[in-house]
Amino acid sequence: MVEYGDIRVVYRGGSKINFRKPVISNDSRFLLCASGESVKVFSSVTEECVHELRGHTGQVTGVLLRPSNHLQVYSCSTDGTVRLWDFTDGILVRTYVVGYPVYSIYASLNHKEVVFIVTPVQSDKRTELFQLVAVNLPQTPDQLVEARDLSAVLSDVSSNPSTIAFGRGGEYLASVNNLKMEIYFFKKNKSYSFSLREYTKNGGKNTFTCIACHPKDDCVATGHDDGKIRLWRNFKQKKEYTYSTLHWHHSAVSSLCFTPEGTNLLSGGVESVLVQWRYNQENQKDFLPRLGAAITHVTVSPDGALFSTSHSDNKITIIQSCVKVSAVIQGLVKGENVTTGLLVDPRSKALVLNGRPGHLQFYSLQRDKLLFHLDIVQQEYIHEAGLEQFEVVRAAFDASGLWLATVEERKQKSAELELNLKLWSFDEQTQSFVLNTTVSAPHEARITAMCFSQAADSQTTTLVSASRDGHFKAWQLGLPAHTDDEGPSWSCDFVGAYHGLVPRCCCFSADGSLLAVGFQEVVTVWNPTSWELLTTLSQPPGDVRNLCFGQLSCSKYLLGSNNKKMVCCWNLLTCSLEWSTSMDVSLLLVDSRSENMAAFCCQDGSTDLFVFKPSEPRPLFSQKAVCSGRVIHAVFTPREVMLESSEESSQWLNRSQLYFLTEFMDLLTFSTKAEEEKLMASSKQLVIDDTVAMTPFYLLLGKHRHEHLGNEESAERTPLPQSSVAIKELLQTPAHVLPATSFLCSMFAKSLLISVTETREENKHVDEEMESEKEEEDSDEEVETKISRPEQEAKGVQGGESTAPTLTKTQVRELRRVRKQDLSWITGLLDS
Amino acid sequence: MGEFKVHRIRFFNHMPSAIRVMAFNSHTERLVVARADGAVEIFNFADNYYQEKVIPGRDGKAVEALCWVGRRLFSAGLDGEITEYDLENLRPRNSMEAYGGPIWTISSNSQGTLLAAGCEDGTVKMFEVLEDRIQFQRNLSRQKGRIISLSWHPTGSQIAAGMLDMIKIFDAETGHATHRLLVERGLQRTSNSQEVVVWSVAFLSDHTIISGDSAGKVQIWDGITGTLVRTHLLTKWDVLVLAVSPDESSVIAGTSEGTVVQFQFISSTVDQQDKQWVRTRTFKSHSHDVRALVHTDTAVVSGGVDTQLVVRPLLDKVEKNTQESAMRKIIFPHRNLVSCAKKAGLLLFQFSDHLELWRLGESDGNGKPGDRLPVKRNPEKLIQLKRKKLSQPCDVFRLVGSKLISLRIFPERIPAPLVPLSRLQVSKLPKELNSVHQLSFSSDSSKLFASSILSSVIVASVKELECKYLHTFKPPSGEFHSRQPVHLLSPSEDGNWLATANTADLNVSLQLHCSVPVCGSCPTAVSIHPFSCSLVSVHADQQIFEFSLKQKEFTAWSRKLQKQGMHPLWLQRDAPITRVTFNPNNPTHILLHDTSMFCIVDQILPLPEEKTRFYNQSVLQSLSLGERLRNSHAFKVYRNFQNLLCVDLMEDHSLVVVERPLLDIVSQLPAPVQQKKFAT
Repeated sequence: MVEYGDIRVVYRGGSKINFRKPVISNDSRFLLCASGESVKVFSSVTEECVHELRGHTGQVTGVLLRPSNHLQVYSCSTDGTVRLWDFTDGILVRTYVVGYPVYSIYASLNHKEVVFIVTPVQSDKRTELFQLVAVNLPQTPDQLVEARDLSAVLSDVSSNPSTIAFGRGGEYLASVNNLKMEIYFFKKNKSYSFSLREYTKNGGKNTFTCIACHPKDDCVATGHDDGKIRLWRNFKQKKEYTYSTLHWHHSAVSSLCFTPEGTNLLSGGVESVLVQWRYNQENQKDFLPRLGAAITHVTVSPDGALFSTSHSDNKITIIQSCVKVSAVIQGLVKGENVTTGLLVDPRSKALVLNGRPGHLQFYSLQRDKLLFHLDIVQQEYIHEAGLEQFEVVRAAFDASGLWLATVEERKQKSAELELNLKLWSFDEQTQSFVLNTTVSAPHEARITAMCFSQAADSQTTTLVSASRDGHFKAWQLGLPAHTDDEGPSWSCDFVGAYHGLVPRCCCFSADGSLLAVGFQEVVTVWNPTSWELLTTLSQPPGDVRNLCFGQLSCSKYLLGSNNKKMVCCWNLLTCSLEWSTSMDVSLLLVDSRSENMAAFCCQDGSTDLFVFKPSEPRPLFSQKAVCSGRVIHAVFTPREVMLESSEESSQWLNRSQLYFLTEFMDLLTFSTKAEEEKLMASSKQLVIDDTVAMTPFYLLLGKHRHEHLGNEESAERTPLPQSSVAIKELLQTPAHVLPATSFLCSMFAKSLLISVTETREENKHVDEEMESEKEEEDSDEEVETKISRPEQEAKGVQGGESTAPTLTKTQVRELRRVRKQDLSWITGLLDS
Repeated sequence: MGEFKVHRIRFFNHMPSAIRVMAFNSHTERLVVARADGAVEIFNFADNYYQEKVIPGRDGKAVEALCWVGRRLFSAGLDGEITEYDLENLRPRNSMEAYGGPIWTISSNSQGTLLAAGCEDGTVKMFEVLEDRIQFQRNLSRQKGRIISLSWHPTGSQIAAGMLDMIKIFDAETGHATHRLLVERGLQRTSNSQEVVVWSVAFLSDHTIISGDSAGKVQIWDGITGTLVRTHLLTKWDVLVLAVSPDESSVIAGTSEGTVVQFQFISSTVDQQDKQWVRTRTFKSHSHDVRALVHTDTAVVSGGVDTQLVVRPLLDKVEKNTQESAMRKIIFPHRNLVSCAKKAGLLLFQFSDHLELWRLGESDGNGKPGDRLPVKRNPEKLIQLKRKKLSQPCDVFRLVGSKLISLRIFPERIPAPLVPLSRLQVSKLPKELNSVHQLSFSSDSSKLFASSILSSVIVASVKELECKYLHTFKPPSGEFHSRQPVHLLSPSEDGNWLATANTADLNVSLQLHCSVPVCGSCPTAVSIHPFSCSLVSVHADQQIFEFSLKQKEFTAWSRKLQKQGMHPLWLQRDAPITRVTFNPNNPTHILLHDTSMFCIVDQILPLPEEKTRFYNQSVLQSLSLGERLRNSHAFKVYRNFQNLLCVDLMEDHSLVVVERPLLDIVSQLPAPVQQKKFAT
């Protein structure tokens, strides 16, 4: 494989699946949702991602079933294209180039081959004005089509896709924006607009938030900022319109949806309760409470069997008949603040970070799937604005993944800081972490850093925690105090301090023989077994920000960065400064699989990346402006399959991948071109059978079944022409010529029997006979030509052949048949 | 500046009575309201919702149902009588016992020929409406259980009756029940054994029957087949009343929660004809039960236990942001319940069943404007006069000089005593004063004026403790003068003039001097100026006129005011002016007040122009001197006091302001039904 070595920053995994309304396929088997730059097709039963429709180069902003073909789906993106996909096979059917960024897409059965998109108004770029535009999609067989036939329908619409809806089979279009609702009738080409006052007398805000149209009646439901739902009727008159108000939600209604028959109205909001209103019996309503997080979108499958709700914690819940949650598709949960940083679980290779409040989430990057949430705080989360809760602020794994240390804190106004250090051991039987030790108030002030001793082979591990109170503490697994106790627990082994300075960071060397603790400007190196201060390094002025020991061949180096824009490398053998350079490094991290280190430098609002080896003066890789804004956390994750890249600049990505999190909470990574090609190739190879959703389990078992099925099919299909011939004969022959019925009966019954081998042979025979007859004819001709030849010659020929065993005609036929017979199924059997 | 010393009085415990039932006559645009104490009030919707007439109630004669038949008004009550009212003389004309136990409801057919009454004993009794009385015609087939509600089909061929647990449809010709619609009992609040009361039914012309019941349901029935079409559950409590709009496109229902819910007959899709009843709007304008509802063409009128009459225009039927589209709440009567003895400093409060006489408090402090003066002597109640049973005082007026005379006059033939402060009883009262509804003393207390039947005014002389009939002013006869009762009496200070007004006329008499031309609107307050002998009248449409009695023409100021027109903000006020007084120290000042403000009209200052801003005094005070002078205008409006029942000027140049805070009224109401409120 040729290596291009082109490295680019990509979104891979962890993207939002709650960004836009998902779409459920007509048969309710698939759920499609926009996710970053691709569309993901989930199985609604197994929650597994079946396909990822890749191709867009911008964020996908809308997914929509094609009204005229329910097996195809439109997607639109900010890259200015609308793409048509076959989502069961995951094939891109057509690309329509619109040329303007598209923010949402709508279509109805009434408007053939027209989609309605929301684009920004071009004339004015400063103000965020949007318009609804009808796009005529040209019907050409080309893959790439220019769709330039645009006509504006409504101006001044909102870019939020839930503010526009088609009513009653596409007869009219309703759009809300701020305090105005506009209803546009296509037939009359006339629009009616209604506006509300900003505040009601009781102080509720009247701003529209979302809209839904009844599928059969002329009734439009709108949601409002103060939690009211208004049902508008009779809106064809300017004045005599009327509305009724439903009020259950206490704050803004975020999504509304009618069921396909129009019997129910679904609504959701921040209360995380799905409310089902009976249409025309609005006093009766059903609730599905405790859905976990605020509802952002509500959708119903076209047959009305499934509901799905998207939630603010990047989750899609699939609900059966408004009573039972049948599946939960969970994406990476992104809170406002990732305080624990990015970690990698050494056991599952999952990315670990803050998830739900008080939880740690384990996220598989390879499968782009949330594995589970570990409840750290183990307290009921109370949803209330302004209430201070316990938060997980630090977490650390030891090298083997056996132990997990977490720190949670709660800072209330006018109260002291509450801190808990918890140590969790991995339980092999339950395959999860079990709480071993809880240390309440391990330090008097906030914990600044925490790390485990890195030595994987040592029996006892040490945990070091540094705090603002000027101490660092070493914790070790002690012997059980009482014989009848469950097991050993952790206790404090050593408390260290250095001239009352505040430790900011700590780091163990790779073999666990040295501990470096950065006390403001001074780096101290300790011996973890005897706890004696070995040396202090304080060459450069400035507070130490990051500390890293080199790995493998560079393990003699200790690197540190400080807030005075300096990166220093000390040689621990000589205890002297090896080199230093002036760089404003915000983040320094080391790859545990290689000698490589990565440094993120923040400059002028964007971040640069340098990958280097401590022993080499030249960086292996550097990229300016990796992303805008600061990189707040980064981690090297080991690859499952090594890449074989020969190019120097991309070699550092062979063993591990670098993931980083920007301040806008985007999870980004680096990817080589070869890797991308591989991904594209693999996604194209997947061909999905209709009957079963594509899951790994299916891939394991389904292959054989598929072949088996194929065989059966061929076996079943063959008797058909034959039996039909028999029956045709039977039916077409005049009755007086036919033999006795009793005789025919057995023949007829026999013809209906299915005999795999025989029929095939017979079938083959028929073919064979046809062929052989031809050959016979040929040979007859030959014979005829040979007539002129003397008999002897012919005999001689025969004599010549007699050396080899003579083959009769039937034998030759048999041989041919065998040669032609398809024996591939045997290989299948052998394989299994 | 400190123009007046103000007595701010809050001890008048006026308590309006709960509204029981209402009926609207769309031809004359008159709304009749019956209150729980039996009083019947008539509001003129065409004339700015002015309360034209009040017929006082009698003990034990609670009105349960009201019905207009043409221009005639009938009522029925639990005493089992059907009463017709004499609207010109403000008294019951005749009563007829129905002999069916308490009557729950009466209803007339659209032709106005028959009156149906639903009785306790389960009969629907038909009465024929004759010229001067009603006559029993027949009973419809008798049912078990009481008849709570009745509704005629517009053609008059069928009648629907709401009963306990069911609705019966009768054929009006034969009198037989044709359908029996069973109303299911409530599941939520009440146990299954409790009967459901069909409080209200409405029979529409397309044979749809709509019912409201005590289980909180509004049900829509097909009257031809007798089947239930749809049930709307409105409340956990009762649906007490229904009202249908004249074009039958909208129905409103009043509930015990104080809400009014509207249902509209709307086609489900734009182009199609099939329509259905859809619940649309909810109005919450009451805190207590809504007992009475009227659906006019443009508005929803509701009243209930919280005593307020609320007129809420439907915004889809009226122009937006006009005077018509504003919501109105009528809380206080449009009459004077307080009279002042200007010299003695006494106040007389009129209640529905007694009178209270109070002496004003005193204060000797001198303070800056806006200061609160210390009270030297508290106000005290001098006399409380209770009326006798089975009688009702109509009105009591005027306290003059140091001598107090309180007069009780009864509509019936019981002679009422005059009670002077010396507690001597006047035994004799001329019999001409038997039935009067408005009283007034002349300023020197020598004469008593009383408005009586046939819009006549009786003059009697009062000397010490005697009361002697002098003569009767008959209204000028002729077709231009109506027979409406005189509701305003205003003698002049010098005793030479008496101004009387009824809903159509404004006369000045003492040997009828002249009739003042009135353009359309009913006068709400009249008064004769003590010095200039001009008559100032204020009308229900908020216009002000000044009429010179000597020249017999409108004064120049009045013409100027008419020419320029009133300021829109002045015209938009919703309460009528109920009193006109003058400031003897400053003859150009006219004092006016309604329930929300009082105003001093200064005839010297320029009139406000339509375009300019209409500043009230608190705003003007905050402006700089130059601005204030530039923006000041003839109408000095003070809004410092709210819910005013009386503003009057005493002899010692102090102002008496009687307030009745709404909170005090609300606190005296019974507790409303329990309702779960969010976050409580």
